Amino acid sequence: MSVNQASAISTVGEGHMTAMELGGLRGLANLPNQVYRKSVKRGFEFTLMVVGESGLGKSTLINSLFLTDLYSKDYPGPSQRIKKTVQVEQSKVLIKEGGVQLTLTIVDTPGFGDAVDNSNCWQPVINYIDSKCEDFLNAESRVNRRSMPDNRVHCCLYFIAPSGHGLKPLDIEFMKRLHDKVNVIPLIAKADTLTPEECQLFKKQIMKEIQEHKIKIYEFPDTEDDEDNKLIRKIKEKMPLAVVGSNVVIEVNGKKVRGRQYPWGVAEVENGEHCDFTVLRNMLIRTHMQNLKDVTNNVHYENYRSKKLAAVTCNGVDNSKVKGQLTKSPLAQMEEERREHVMKMKKMEAEMEQVFEMKVKEKKQKLKDSEAELERRHEQMKRNLEAQYKELEEKRRVFEEEKINWEAQQKILEQQKLDASKSKNLVCVLFF
Amino acid sequence: MASSDVARQLDKNIRPLNLAGHVGFDSLPDQLVNKSICQGFCFNILCIGETGIGKSTLMDTLFNTNFENFESSHFEPQVKLRAQTYDLQESNVRLRLTVVNTVGFGDQMNKQESYQPVVDYIDRQFESYLQEELKIKRSLHNYHDSRVHACLYFISPSGHSLKSLDLVTMKKLDSKVNIIPVIAKADTISKSELHKFKIKIMSELVSNGVQIYQFPIDDETVAKVNTSMNGHLPFAVVGSTEEVMLGTKMVKARQYPWGIVQVENESHCDFMKLREMLICVNMEDLREQTHTRHYELYRRCKLEEMGFKDTDPECKPVSLQETYEAKRQEFLLELQRREDEMRQMFVQRVKEKEAELKEAERELQSRFEQLKRLHADEKATLEDKKKALEDDQVSFSKRRAAAQLLQGQSLTANGKKDKDRKNDDMTN
Repeated sequence: MSVNQASAISTVGEGHMTAMELGGLRGLANLPNQVYRKSVKRGFEFTLMVVGESGLGKSTLINSLFLTDLYSKDYPGPSQRIKKTVQVEQSKVLIKEGGVQLTLTIVDTPGFGDAVDNSNCWQPVINYIDSKCEDFLNAESRVNRRSMPDNRVHCCLYFIAPSGHGLKPLDIEFMKRLHDKVNVIPLIAKADTLTPEECQLFKKQIMKEIQEHKIKIYEFPDTEDDEDNKLIRKIKEKMPLAVVGSNVVIEVNGKKVRGRQYPWGVAEVENGEHCDFTVLRNMLIRTHMQNLKDVTNNVHYENYRSKKLAAVTCNGVDNSKVKGQLTKSPLAQMEEERREHVMKMKKMEAEMEQVFEMKVKEKKQKLKDSEAELERRHEQMKRNLEAQYKELEEKRRVFEEEKINWEAQQKILEQQKLDASKSKNLVCVLFF
Repeated sequence: MASSDVARQLDKNIRPLNLAGHVGFDSLPDQLVNKSICQGFCFNILCIGETGIGKSTLMDTLFNTNFENFESSHFEPQVKLRAQTYDLQESNVRLRLTVVNTVGFGDQMNKQESYQPVVDYIDRQFESYLQEELKIKRSLHNYHDSRVHACLYFISPSGHSLKSLDLVTMKKLDSKVNIIPVIAKADTISKSELHKFKIKIMSELVSNGVQIYQFPIDDETVAKVNTSMNGHLPFAVVGSTEEVMLGTKMVKARQYPWGIVQVENESHCDFMKLREMLICVNMEDLREQTHTRHYELYRRCKLEEMGFKDTDPECKPVSLQETYEAKRQEFLLELQRREDEMRQMFVQRVKEKEAELKEAERELQSRFEQLKRLHADEKATLEDKKKALEDDQVSFSKRRAAAQLLQGQSLTANGKKDKDRKNDDMTN
């Protein structure tokens, strides 16, 4: 039941295999095979950017790396073209090997560092990298997505002039500005002008300066395999890699090798004791090409994307408040803001309601009080009036009584007078 | 993807180059495979079928292991889904497998809504992925993909045709998931019946427009086997985790009085075909189809629902930023509008209440006025009466005074007369 990956891959192209043949009772060991098959069918893409002053051998190195004449008489490299300002140019080629198709894009920066005043010469480079990320972001964000070609820059080879002393200010500036946008791999160009000891010192100096300026160059990821890790550590010790390139094939000891012919000997490109070219090629192409793409996709592109989207959704909002909200999509964030707003409004509404109720209560209370006051006064006045009425009634009664009494009295008096006068009259009559 | 390869080669900007030696990028597929192995693989299977039809047993047999199985009853009120995740390993290949089983499917009296929980489950996984994809800070390469990659639909071995529940369910699912129909408990159908049954099923699927998963035939390495397998659909399967001694070997089988049904015997059932197609040959394709077809369809519909478009009304392309910005503007305006509305409403209420209170005040005021008038009237009446009394008193006093005066006069007159009389009397 011991199935290893090598046997799985070697059966590609031989038609189907039953699970029993591979000895896997579940057949899961076929999975890598399926991935292999599909990736070969899809084909691969890679974009490599080379940056450095003219004359550092960039084009030659590319030709050496890919064993082809990317730059030739028909398609001259950047050094052949004299530019006044920094340009960014790309060449796309299709190369095939062992059934594997690779669409390789080489991005040149002719004019870089060649002017008298080089401040901002990195800007066109940054713009190019950003525009490719932007293209990918737009393609990824469409409603109707079709195949998304990956034109993002996966690796940037930065050529350092072999002065033997240290990094130039331009080198430091450039790498500082690009290390969080793209995988930067610094190389010592034209390493055949340095002796091994000079080269060692130079490398140490460069790495020291890189650490001092906190420049993040591309780091090889650790693997689970200890053997691989040992190799990786060996490579790390050689950084930055000192390379030599050549378009010319020379015969040395009966072998045809790429190299540079000097009166004193031949500097062989692929000789590990002469330079680190093979290390670069193995790392860049044979072992870590996929990882360079993955880091570009998972780290550099995601950085670009989150910055871009954060800017869109939080325009006008204080950045310090934004930090905790980046784990959502812009729409989810708007939802959250809407909910917050609803709560805020509810609170405001409740407050306003409270104030309103209070004022109404106050007013109503006032009204009630004046009503009570009115009632009270009315009562008072009524009672007052009633008292007065009673008083009047009493007076009237007394008066009437008095009047009646007096009238009665008068009547009696009248009667008496009448009687008296009658009797007087009688007397008068009697007397006379 | 073939079209894009061709397109790339025809692209005038890309020129093919010849290599002068071995560069070494033919290791790219290996690099990719290494990465996949490090990351581990992920696969999610959904099994739909009636209770007791053999879903769990088949899963156990397929993956040669014992998943935790719960026996379900026939009395579930609603269809539910139960998902369980396992980590399997074979040599250096790690697979995170999620098996989702329907519980109670086909048991209810009214099966009209039976498909809904399944559709909802599938959509939820798509939604979850979409949400992750839309986040500002996201980690897609770490994301545990829970989208359903394959759906095994278990057909009852009636031998006649598909049930209407089957057709309805599959029709609802065919644009959301890769459907692989299987005939369950195939050891209850004879070979001749099986052949007719398969033909009937396939023709019913076609006539009802159900799109089941077709094994891909565009890759030359597997085109032949896939084409032949496509002709054997739906697979008639038998599952068993029990082993029976056959000759010198122990094989997975079901023992009947009349014989032993061997699961892994291709003349007994299509189990081996299913395993080969599902796991050995097309697992990656199932995953890819789910991502590039079914998920994209879901995403497109969802985004359109949310109002995203690729072009604005003038048919000019609209970038994501512009869309987001426009949405944000709209959103802010809406919030502002809501606030204004609320304030307006309050202003309105305040006005109304003020009017009410003013009205009450006025009423009170008029009552007050009325009472005042009443009071004034009463007072006036009282005053009149007082006046009347006074007048009476005055006239009475006058009368009395006059009478008294008269009396006084007459008294003095009488007195004089009396005096006179007296005098007279005295003189006489």
